[in-house]
Amino acid sequence: MLELQNVSFEVEGENKKKEILRNINLTVDHTKFIAVTGPNGGGKSTLAKLIVGIEKPTMGKILFDGVDITQMSITERARAGISFAFQQPVRFKGVTVKDLIMLAAGKENKLTIAGACEYLSEVGLCARDYINREVDTSLSGGELKRIEIATVMARASKLSVFDEPEAGIDLWSFNNLIDVFERLYQEQKRSIMIISHQERILNIADEIVVIANGTIQAIGKKDEILPELLSGTSSCRYYQKREV
Amino acid sequence: MDEIQKTLLEQIAGLHEVPQGAYNIRANGVSAARNTTANIDIIAKEDKQGIDIRIKPGTKKESVHIPVLLSQSGLTEMVYNDFYIGDDCDITIVAGCGIHNGGDQASRHDGIHSFFVGKNAKVRYVEKHYGSGEGTGERIMNPQTVVELGEDSYMEMETVQIRGVDSTKRSTKAKLADRATLVIKEKLMTHGKQFAETSFEVDLDGEDSGTNVISRAVAKDSSKQVFFSKINGNNKCNGHTECDAIIMDQANISAIPEITANHLEASLIHEAAIGKIAGEQIIKLMTLGLTESEAEAQIVNGFLK
Repeated sequence: MLELQNVSFEVEGENKKKEILRNINLTVDHTKFIAVTGPNGGGKSTLAKLIVGIEKPTMGKILFDGVDITQMSITERARAGISFAFQQPVRFKGVTVKDLIMLAAGKENKLTIAGACEYLSEVGLCARDYINREVDTSLSGGELKRIEIATVMARASKLSVFDEPEAGIDLWSFNNLIDVFERLYQEQKRSIMIISHQERILNIADEIVVIANGTIQAIGKKDEILPELLSGTSSCRYYQKREV
Repeated sequence: MDEIQKTLLEQIAGLHEVPQGAYNIRANGVSAARNTTANIDIIAKEDKQGIDIRIKPGTKKESVHIPVLLSQSGLTEMVYNDFYIGDDCDITIVAGCGIHNGGDQASRHDGIHSFFVGKNAKVRYVEKHYGSGEGTGERIMNPQTVVELGEDSYMEMETVQIRGVDSTKRSTKAKLADRATLVIKEKLMTHGKQFAETSFEVDLDGEDSGTNVISRAVAKDSSKQVFFSKINGNNKCNGHTECDAIIMDQANISAIPEITANHLEASLIHEAAIGKIAGEQIIKLMTLGLTESEAEAQIVNGFLK
């Protein structure tokens, strides 16, 4: 279980400190599927980075399975069971798709090539064509995103955080992507947090968290939050709360 | 051969014992073993150190190994090896030099390899340089490669130096006839206080000749590297040179590409990039559970693979 207690994050601005997130209190229960949504620049990606350890909160605490991980490094959090799919996946010269999936699965798990191929097939890539490709500029943005998702699946962590997995993925692949997340959730029975703007992703979540202007504007069951969000941002009360 | 020499042989040629096909193993300044085949002859030079390797026209799918091993501290040598590769051959040549210096005097191997490649021949040339030993004596290698490619020939050169060579000046010069192609792939890593200078110069003399010179380099600690790559387009031709380098710690790298078109139909490109390992690459691998230093090692290994 992941718990954020009064988490704030600020950065040094030109003349004064700028608050990116303020007093975030959030709990992600074991085996919960949570979608985080809200306007651009609202602090969603920062929230993901704080959970994964890429950034450290300026105030507050983060607990994972009851352990305070606030000051833990990215590596320690990864080993504790937190995975992260980047919004813009990183490219590497010379590192192959196989290398990445094997690293993700961990040395101790001794993933076979056939096993690595299965993860690629799951995300709709022909394994034979991709397994030995380098994760470099020869791959398109959409291909890279799917490989990123495959690496997170291979990790089979207690908590997987996806930052806008739909960005850069074509419509056909998007339909498959929904299936991928549903399967991931059903089969692995672990917690998933997805940052997304897509109605169809929000629609498969248990809970929806709306973040705008650095704070949680709403949190609740999908059936309570989604209709309000879909009624249009101009009349949406969650977005209305944004300060000008 | 003793254990040290066997280790060197494995490092530079991937060999556990004497290779298949033709070979000449030079150890501490003398020929330690030699084998010729019906198509490949190896003859010692009479006027200077070195050998002539003569490969009959039409020889296919054969290989020549000519490793050089130095395990005696303080040995300095200058060796000339000339390769005469007949028309229509398809062969693999594996050279390389391993120095183990356990003493305090510098050990040095300077080798000049000349290739005369016949028409329509295909050559894969692999050379690896490696140094080891706990001694304070420097391990120095200065390989020179001179290539003349005949019409319609193709040569691919892989040159690798990953560890242990304190000082190296590597020079490769090539002249290409009509429709000849030369591909060079260099992989270089320096550490400690090492110095490495690489210089490629390719003359695209023939019509429709082409070259691709690709270098990937990593400089660690306080090592220093200089990379020169010069392509002269003297006819209708295609040339591309690319230097991609990772700099770490207090190292220093210069990349100096130079392309000259002396013909209207010459098409030449140079690319050079030097930078540290991207922070986001390390972060990505850390999210997979690697430590920062494991992530760095993984990125460098992949880059030089």
